[in-house]
Amino acid sequence: MVELGVLIYAVCGAGIGTSVLLKSNADRVLSDLGIEATVRAVAIEEAISPDSLAQILLITPELEGIASDIRSEVVVVKNIFDLSELTQKLSEALS
Amino acid sequence: MRASLFAPGSIAVIDSAESFSEAIAQSANLLVIAGHAKAEYVDRVLANFQKLGPYFVVAPGIAIAHAHPAEDVISPGLSLLKLNNPVSSGATANDPISLVFSLCTPDSEKHIEMLGEFALLMSEQSIVNSLLKASAESVIRQILSH
Repeated sequence: MVELGVLIYAVCGAGIGTSVLLKSNADRVLSDLGIEATVRAVAIEEAISPDSLAQILLITPELEGIASDIRSEVVVVKNIFDLSELTQKLSEALS
Repeated sequence: MRASLFAPGSIAVIDSAESFSEAIAQSANLLVIAGHAKAEYVDRVLANFQKLGPYFVVAPGIAIAHAHPAEDVISPGLSLLKLNNPVSSGATANDPISLVFSLCTPDSEKHIEMLGEFALLMSEQSIVNSLLKASAESVIRQILSH
């Protein structure tokens, strides 16, 4: 897969539920913002791996503790369905 | 069109649950009733919660319980357990929880389209507000089909 622009990981415990929903809405927000980025839905183990190339992690509050002390910038999303929260936090993280 | 996201038997309303894990078990069991998963899946969803905590509380009042794809999943599916009296999950930012969705998928691809549609639906605050207020399965089906 060719990864373009900023690499963002949408994170959840299993990499199939929360992360996929986060990715879906993040893709919509980034497209509206006109930002070229690749969002991948991943499980927490991959997100906190030292080999991770992600610039930004999108994560729910309960997983924040596990994702400390890593290179990626951690963006905590309280409401993954709230496009205005995602828009605000992604614009800040990418500015 | 959107009502097809939720198979017959996959939506239920109850007054209350004794604990968040009981609510998760009942919600995941709707996937079994709807024919999307075998009973073992419910145990794995609960184990996932015991291991990682309520990280799948994803919005105020809303949880989406799930476990990894495995052989106990028959087909991609969503279920919804609505609690008329919300339950505390321990995820303080978004507690208490009234809408306990469950999700299953046999692999990491087959559910993507379904979840994209679900994300689109749940991004509409008016739909979420209506779901939070609804106390009958028929009303919930009507809201989800809008």
